[in-house]
Amino acid sequence: MTELYIEGDPIRDEKAPEGPIQERWDKRRFSAKLVNPANRRKLSVIIVGTGLAGASAAATLGEAGYQVTSFCYQDSPRRAHSIAAQGGINAAKNYRNDGDSIYRLFYDTVKGGDFRSRESNVHRLAQVSVEIIDQCVAQGVPFAREYGGLLDNRSFGGVQVSRTFYARGQTGQQLLIGAYQALERQVAAGTVEMNTRHEMLEVIVAGGRARGIIARDMVTGEIETHFADAVVLATGGYGNVFYLSTNAMGCNVTAAWRAHRKGALFANPCYTQIHPTCIPVSGEYQSKLTLMSESLRNDGRIWVPKKGGDPRDPRDIPEEERDYYLERRYPAFGNLVPRDIASRAAKNVCDEGRGVGPGGLGVYLDFADAIKRMGRPAVEARYGNLFDMYQRITGENPYEVPMRIYPAVHYTMGGLWVDYDLQSTLPGLFVTGEANFSDHGANRLGASALMQGLADGYFVLPNTVNDYLADGPFEKLDENTPEAREASETVRARIDRLLSINGTRTVDSFHKELGQIMWDYCGMERTEEGLRKAIDRIRELRGEFWQNVRVLGSNDELNQALEKAGRVADFFELAELMCIDALHRRESCGGHFRAESQTEDGEALRDDDEFAYVAAWEFAGTGEQPVLRKEDLEYEYVEMKQRSYK
Amino acid sequence: MNITLRVWRQKSRDVEGRMVTYEIEDVSPDMSFLEMLDVLNEKLTLQGEEPVAFDHDCREGICGACGVVIDGVAHGPETTTTCQLHMRSFSDGDVITVEPWRATAFPVVKDLVVDRGAFDRIIQAGGYISAPTGTAPDAHAMPVPKSDADRAFDAATCIGCGACVAACPNASGMLFTAAKVTHLGMLPQGQPEREARVVKMVNQHDEEEFGGCTNIGECAAVCPKGIPLDTISQLNRDLLGSLTSASSE
Ligand SMILES: Cc1cc2nc3c(=O)[nH]c(=O)nc-3n(C[C@H](O)[C@H](O)[C@H](O)COP(=O)(O)OP(=O)(O)OC[C@H]3O[C@@H](n4cnc5c(N)ncnc54)[C@H](O)[C@@H]3O)c2cc1C
Ligand code: SF4
Ligand code: FES
Repeated sequence: MTELYIEGDPIRDEKAPEGPIQERWDKRRFSAKLVNPANRRKLSVIIVGTGLAGASAAATLGEAGYQVTSFCYQDSPRRAHSIAAQGGINAAKNYRNDGDSIYRLFYDTVKGGDFRSRESNVHRLAQVSVEIIDQCVAQGVPFAREYGGLLDNRSFGGVQVSRTFYARGQTGQQLLIGAYQALERQVAAGTVEMNTRHEMLEVIVAGGRARGIIARDMVTGEIETHFADAVVLATGGYGNVFYLSTNAMGCNVTAAWRAHRKGALFANPCYTQIHPTCIPVSGEYQSKLTLMSESLRNDGRIWVPKKGGDPRDPRDIPEEERDYYLERRYPAFGNLVPRDIASRAAKNVCDEGRGVGPGGLGVYLDFADAIKRMGRPAVEARYGNLFDMYQRITGENPYEVPMRIYPAVHYTMGGLWVDYDLQSTLPGLFVTGEANFSDHGANRLGASALMQGLADGYFVLPNTVNDYLADGPFEKLDENTPEAREASETVRARIDRLLSINGTRTVDSFHKELGQIMWDYCGMERTEEGLRKAIDRIRELRGEFWQNVRVLGSNDELNQALEKAGRVADFFELAELMCIDALHRRESCGGHFRAESQTEDGEALRDDDEFAYVAAWEFAGTGEQPVLRKEDLEYEYVEMKQRSYK
Repeated sequence: MNITLRVWRQKSRDVEGRMVTYEIEDVSPDMSFLEMLDVLNEKLTLQGEEPVAFDHDCREGICGACGVVIDGVAHGPETTTTCQLHMRSFSDGDVITVEPWRATAFPVVKDLVVDRGAFDRIIQAGGYISAPTGTAPDAHAMPVPKSDADRAFDAATCIGCGACVAACPNASGMLFTAAKVTHLGMLPQGQPEREARVVKMVNQHDEEEFGGCTNIGECAAVCPKGIPLDTISQLNRDLLGSLTSASSE
C-alpha cells in the first residue's frame, strides 16, 4: 500500500487548552487575543458560503464590526443547502427533564462518532448548543411549540433523550432564514458585502498566510481577485462526489480542494455518512436522491418480507411473515439505531434478496401501527409534509401503502483539518460547518450538523478568529502581487483548457460514471480489492475526462456546463484520496465499513491500537503520493468501547 | 412518452430572446420536469448546441432556486415547485411551452434564469428581528401561544421563489413581502420593530419596480408553499396601523 502514499510527521492540535474539559472553552476564550472595537473596521474577513456555518459567521463578525465580504454560488444566500435539512437541531437544554445534560450530549456525540473525534471540540459543541436555541428564538425562528407555548422536543436516531428542537419538517430552512435575515441586516448596515452567483476557484496565499480568493462572477465570467486579512471557508460537504446524493446539485468540494492543493490538510476524507431513509432510485435519468427525515423512524417500523421475492402487496403480508430486522437485532434501540447501522442493515437484507420495489433496492417503512395508535391526524401533524413529498415523487400514498426507502449518501464527516480555533494548517484560513472535519468523528448523529454549523458560526469562530486578526491588518496586497496574479492565471488557464477540449462526452456522463465507481467500491462497504480497482478506474476516467469532455459556450457568460466541469474535475482528485484513505484505514468505524474488519455478527470492528488517529492528508502534486500526517486521539473522559446498540 | 418543448432562449440580459422548439423522446412519467430538461441538455450538448440555462439546486422543493412558467402557469400545473413537478402530469404528444419569470423587477439573466436580487433587498430593508449574537435571553423566557407560533411558521415557509410575482398581472411582490411581515409580526420577538418593518419593506418593494397589489389572488393560487392571501390583509392592517401611529405622534 505504501506505493499509494507516504507517511509524514504527526500533527497536533496546539490550541485546545489542558485541564478539566468543562473549563477548556472558557480558558481558550480568555487566552485568545482580543481586537479592540475601534480596530475591527480596519480588519477584513472573506467568508465563502452562506449556509448555517457561513451566514451565522458573517452576521456575527459583521455585528462585531469587522469588514466582511461574503460569497455564495446561488442567486441568494438564502438558498444554501442548509435550507434542506428537515429533522431538527440538538441542544442540551434538558427542557424535558429526562436526564439530559451537556455532558450527556458530549458523551453521545463522542460515542456516536465511534471514538474518532476530539473530546475537546465535542464538549465545546455541547456547551454552546444551549445558546444556539436562545439565539434562534430571539431571531424569530418559529420552532414547534406545545399548547402551553413552550418549545417542543423530539428524540432522534441514536439517543435515548428528547433533545431535538424542530420546526415541522423544515428545521434547516427556518434556521437558515434566521441566519440569512441576520446577514441581510448586516448588508443593510454596511458591514457585510454580499456577492451572490460567485464561485470561489482559488485561495491566494501570500507571505505564508491565506490572504484572499479568486472568484468567478458566474453571470459575466469575470475572474475577480478579493483580498482580506483572513479567509473562512463554510462551503459545505462533498457528498456529490457520488453523483447521486441527498445534497443539492451544486454542492461541491472545489473551495476546500483548492485550499488543500495550496497546503491545507484534508482529514478523514473517507468518512461519509449514508442515510438510511431516502426514496429509492427510480431510473437512469435520476439526478438526485431525496431524503425522508430520519424522524420518521420514531414512529415508522422498518421491515422486509421474511422470504425473498415475495410478490404480495405489503399490506397482505401477515405479521408473522415480516422481518422487523432492526427491532429484532437491536432490541434496545430498535428502529432508532444510528444511521450507519440502519443503512448497512438495509443493504444486507437487500443483498440477501429480500429487498422490495424496483431492482430489489428498498425496504418498507410502515406507519400502519402509528396510524392505529395515534390516529391519522396526529401522524399528519407530525409528518404531513414528508408524506406529501413522498407521494409527489413516487406517486404512492404512504398513509395507505408502506413507504419504500433505501440508503443514500448524505453527509461527509471528513473535511479540511482544523485546530480547536477552527484554523486549518494554512495560517489565516478558517474552516467551519460541514467543510471541516472536526466534531463528528467517523459518524454524525442526527440533528448534530445544524448544531455544529451554528455553533461554529455564531459562537466559536467569532471568539477565535480575533486571536489571529489581532496581529493584523497584514501587508496590503493588490492584483499585481505575484501570488495573486499566479492564482488568477491558474484559474484562467483551467477554464481555457476545459473549454478547448471539445470532446465527445458530457460533463454529467463523467460525473455519473465516477459516482457509480465510488458507490460500488467506496460506499457502504469497502474492501481492499474493490478500493484498488476504484483507484485504477478513477485515474483512467480522469485521464479521459481531460481528453474528451465537451463544454460548450464561452467563459464570458452564464455557463452552467463550465461550472459543473470545474467541480467534477476536483471531484476526480478528491475521489482518489477518499479511496486511498479508505484503503489505508484497515478497520471499520462509524460510516467507514471495511468488510475485512467486522465482528461475528457483522458489526463494524474498530482497531483502536492501530487507528485511533485522525488521518490528515497533505497534497503533494496531482498524481503524486499524498503524505499521511497522523493526529493521535486520546480519550480522557469517555471510555473507548465497541459501540453496542443491542 | 414523446414531448415537444417550446423553450425561451436568450443569450444574455440585453439581447433579444425567442422561442425554440425541441423534440424529446422516451420521457418517463417518473422523471421530474428538471430531469426532463437535463435529458434535453445532454442531447443538445452532443449535438453541439448550447444547453438551456435554468436555475435549480436542492431539487426537493425547499431552496426556491427553480422556477419557470410552464404553459403560462408559474411552476406548472401542480401547485408545487418546478423541481417537484413530475412528467406524469403530462401526456404523450404534449407541446409544452417553457418561459422564464417575466417581471420588470426580475430581469432575465439567460434563457430561463432571472435575477431575483430584489427579494434580498426587500429583506435588507427590514425583514429581520434585530438580535445580535449573544444577547438572547433563555428560549423559554417568552412563551409563544401555539396558534401564533403556527401562524408565524406557515408564513415563514415562503421559499422566495418568485412565482407569486410571475403569476401576478401587475408583477407585484406583495405576497412575498406579506409572508415575511406576517412571520415576524406574529411573534413577540418581532413586536418592537413591527411598525417600522412594514413601512420599510413596502417602500423597498415599490422602489424595486414591483407592481401594486390589487387583490387578484393569482399569487396565492400558484404559491408552492400555500402562503395564504390573508397575509396581505395582515400587511395592509399593519401598514395602516403604522401610518396612523406615525401621524398621531
Ligand atoms: C437533505 C438533508 C437533510 C438534512 N437534515 C439535517 C437535520 O435534520 N439535522 C442536521 O443537523 N443536519 C441535517 N443535514 C445536514 C446539514 O444540513 C448540513 O450538514 C449543514 O446544513 C451544512 O451547512 P454548511 O453551512 O456547512 O454548508 P451549506 O449549507 O451546504 O452551505 C454551503 C455554502 O457554500 C457555498 N459554496 C460552496 N462552494 C462554493 C464555492 N466554490 N464558491 C462560492 N460559494 C460556495 C454555497 O453557495 C453555500 O452558500 C441534512 C442534510 C441534507 C442534505
Ligand atoms: S410567497 Fe409563495 S410564490 Fe411567492 S416567493 Fe414565497 S413561496 Fe414563492
Ligand atoms: S430546486 Fe430547490 S426548490 Fe426547486
